[in-house]
Order: sequence, then C-alpha cells, then structure tokens
Amino acid sequence: MHRRILALLPLYAALVFFAALTLVPFAWMLAAAFKSREDFFASFFLPHGDGLLGIAWGRLTLANFQRLFAEFPISRAMLNSLFLASVTSTLATLACAMGGYGLAKFAFRGRSAITALVLGALIIPTSLLIAPSYQLLWQLGLLDSYAGLILPALAPAFGVFLFRQAMLNTVPRELLEAARIDGAGELRIFFTIVLPLVRPMIGAFLLIMFLGAWNNFIGPQTVLQEPGAFPLSVAINNLRGIYATDYGLIMAGTLLSIAPVMCLFLLLQREFIAGLTSGAVKG
Amino acid sequence: MKPAPPHPRWAPWFFVAPFLVLFGVFTLWPLAQSLVLALQQTFGPKLTVFVGLGNFEFLLRDPLFWHAVRNTALYTLGAVAIQLPGALGLALLLNRPGLRGRACFRLIFFAPSLVGLVFVGVMFTLLFQKHTGLINAGLHTLWRGWDPEFAWLDQHVMPSLIVASVWLYAGFNMIYFLAALQNVNRELLDAASIDGAGPWARFRHIVLPEIRPVAGFVVLLSVIGSFQLFELPWVLLNNSAGPDDRGLTIVMYLYQTGFLTGDLGYASAIGWVLGLLLAGVALVQTRLARAEEN
Repeated sequence: MHRRILALLPLYAALVFFAALTLVPFAWMLAAAFKSREDFFASFFLPHGDGLLGIAWGRLTLANFQRLFAEFPISRAMLNSLFLASVTSTLATLACAMGGYGLAKFAFRGRSAITALVLGALIIPTSLLIAPSYQLLWQLGLLDSYAGLILPALAPAFGVFLFRQAMLNTVPRELLEAARIDGAGELRIFFTIVLPLVRPMIGAFLLIMFLGAWNNFIGPQTVLQEPGAFPLSVAINNLRGIYATDYGLIMAGTLLSIAPVMCLFLLLQREFIAGLTSGAVKG
Repeated sequence: MKPAPPHPRWAPWFFVAPFLVLFGVFTLWPLAQSLVLALQQTFGPKLTVFVGLGNFEFLLRDPLFWHAVRNTALYTLGAVAIQLPGALGLALLLNRPGLRGRACFRLIFFAPSLVGLVFVGVMFTLLFQKHTGLINAGLHTLWRGWDPEFAWLDQHVMPSLIVASVWLYAGFNMIYFLAALQNVNRELLDAASIDGAGPWARFRHIVLPEIRPVAGFVVLLSVIGSFQLFELPWVLLNNSAGPDDRGLTIVMYLYQTGFLTGDLGYASAIGWVLGLLLAGVALVQTRLARAEEN
C-alpha cells in the first residue's frame, strides 16, 4: 500500500502544482475583494499581521461590497443577469427539446430536409450574424429591449441536434405507441414520458445555456443602450471606466458575477460533464 | 392487441415549429441579409450605397484586415501548439489508474472555463499589470532574472492572450481528452507493458491512434473558436485593440467597423470572409479524418 502511494507521489505533486496554478487567480480575486484600498498593494494575497497564520484577519473589510451596492446599480445588474439567463435557458431548453423530439421520433415529409438544415447551421460562425442581426433588430424595433436579446438565442441548432441524438437512443418507440393506445395526447406524451427520459440532457443543456447567457457580453453590449438594463457582464466592464484604479472594488464586482454560476455548476456538475462529452465520444 | 393509432399529422410540425420559426427569422434571414449587406456600404442602419464586390476588393488590400488575420492566426497557433498539448497532459495525469481525488482535480481544472470572457478579461488586466500584477511578481520570485516591469499588455499582447487562454481552456479540453482516454483498451496497454513497451511507445502506438478521432474534433473546435476570438482581448486591452492595434483580431475588426465606424456592410464582408475561412478549415479536417479511416 505504502509502495503504491509512494509511486504515485510525483503524479500528485504535478497535479497539486497545476491545481494551485489554476486556483491562484481565483484566490487573488477573492483576497482583493475583501482588502481595503490601502492594503491592496501592500500584499499580494491577504494582508500580513499577527493573527492566525500571520494574516491580519481584522483588516479584511466588506467596504468594497458596501460601496458597490450603495454607489453602483450592481443589485439591478445582478437581477438583470438572473432574469436574462433564466428566461433564455428555460425557453431555449424547451424549444430545443421539442425540436429534437420532432426530428427524432416522428416520420414525416420534410424531416430529412430540416435535419440537414440543423446540421448545416452548426458551422455558421456566430460572428457572421452580428452585423445583419443588428440591422434586423433595428427593423423589428427590438433594439434596446430584452426581447431583442432573448429571442435570437432561443433556437440554437446545436441544442436541437443534441436533443435529437439523446432522444434517438433513450426514448423507445414502443413506449410512445403504448401511450397513444391508452389515448394520451401528444403534449401529455412529450411532457410526462419523453422529457423525464432525457433528464440528464436537460440538466446539462440548461446549464450550458444559463452560462452562455450569463457570460454573454457582445450581445447586450450591442443591443442594449439603457444603462439600467445592463447585465453584470456589461456593468462590470463599465465599472472599470468609473473606478479606474479602485481594484478592490472591481474585483468585488467580478466575484459577485462569478460566484453564482460557480455554485450552480457545483450543483449540476455530474450531469453537465456527462452531457458535454456524450456527443463527442459516442459519435 | 390492436395496432397503435398513428400520431396526428400536425404533431411533428408542432414540435419543430418553435425552432423553425426562430431559426428562420434570427439565423436564416440575417444570413441572407448579410450577403446583401456585404455588397453595400452603410452609414448606420439607415443609409446605404450599393458597391458590388467593392467591400471585398477593399478588404483584400486593407492592411489592418491582414494585420488582424495575422494576429488571429498567431493566437490559433498558440492554442493548438500550447493549450491543447497542455490539456492532453492534464488528462494523461488524471487518467493514471489508482489515482485518488480525480473528481476533485477535474473540477478544479474545469472551473476557469465557467468564468465569462469579460470577467476573465477584467481579472487578467490586473494580474498582467507591470509593477503591481501578480504574474510578474510571481515569475520574479521564482526566477530572479524575470523583469518585474515586463510589459505584458503593452508590448507582448499575443503572449498575454495565450497565457490567459491556457488558463481558461486547457481544463475544458482536458474533459474531452479524459473521456477519450477512458475508452482506450486497458488490456492492450497491459499486454504491451508485459511485452516491454515503455510509456512513450505505449502512448505513441496505442493511446494516440485510439484518441485520434476525439483529438481531431477538439482541434477543429479550438481552431474555430480561436478564429472568433474577440471579447477576451477587447476587455483585456480596456475596450480597445491595444497599442498599435497589437491585439486586433478579425472579429474585433468586424465589431469596430460595424459598430464604432457604423459600416455594417463592410463588417458583413469581413464576416463572410471569416465564414468561408472556417468552412475551409472544417472541410480540410473532415477530409483528413476520412482519409485516415480508409
């Protein structure tokens, strides 16, 4: 037993080294958010002193957060991000699951054409659509509105593709036929039989879409103009223009933007990683 | 048992309708519009002049565009030559049998890719600072010869981007490599060990051929993603292309011409050139993959 652990020691050393390297920026940000302006440059992480572990714990402060909430509409931005990300991810998951189900489990004229469309759309680079989408939103009168941000994000082709693949394998045709014999309606079949069968996929896709909407910067930056409507991504970027060198404050804002998605990920991570790799490895 | 009643004719159309409508309006229509736009010069969304292929002719002789292409290609090269081998290395470390805490390490390495590019940009702007940044200070502590005044974001924009992208994406791509490695036939590896094959020979002749399809997929994703680089340098360089446009990328140039200069037509032309470039890359990759199978 000891021999085996000893043999793996260099491996653990390498892993711990790289893990530390990965975590250092997070630790630095966390420390910076709780340091006063005077302490910011005095030490790289926590302020030195004679407390536990040689750190002046008493000098840590919530002042950055207090100022952020008092002087800057950060709570508004958090609510905006939460709203945009939850609405986008819920509706997109519904639209993609419906589309995937339609393509995977029904034989109808036009199915192969739509499937080809979905596959072809996978290679359209999003940046190609930036300029014409802006013009379209202007024509539809959707500029500077949440609808202009949410509607274009609701039907990503890769989502329809992922759900189609998942349903091909996990939804047995016999089950659908049995339900139809029992007289169940099509909507009821979809919501009570099909969706529960692809639950892991739903979890993974919800999270992917939530992350995408929460972290989206170029979308709200081009579509929204009213500062009160800005989500965190745009608000934090603007924070730098206002508090140029107030690094502690900026890091406090960044921490508030990152922490919620980290927590969400910890809750859903098992399903997420399974969903992420299922297409790549099986395919 | 009586035969199952067929599904109503409207059912499949009902389920694909939301996708079809939204996709038609917000992807297909703009895609068609972008072709029209690319043939026009526009001044804001209202004023347009038809210029035919003028945008493309101008683009081919536009030194700033070629500068952006060069920067983007350099970054892509960094992603493929530095970040992906790093990701594979991490996956190989995590794939050792008997390792404890694999899930925990995997979680740590994956964590950076959850952070939005804007937030990464804001964070790394401060980490890359000359005197006060943690990166210079850390390197100087490890190796006294490191210049604590090293001007990451002024003089060495591309290395800065590559450092940030390794932190950001290596753990993400590691997940794909790890999944592929776990499918490698363990008995084959054990048999090779018994026959006296060293770690390198086993990697070269057993592991590498088995993970090649996934590796090809990851390379393709990375190249496509890298070519669309925009938000990270834009935020890292304080909402600009950096001194002397050192951080200018293709999509950043598209954004600048479309939204700062207000010429959506020229921006669409840039978008089409980028789209064709990426389609070419995807085509070459699928051809290579197919040639290998035969």
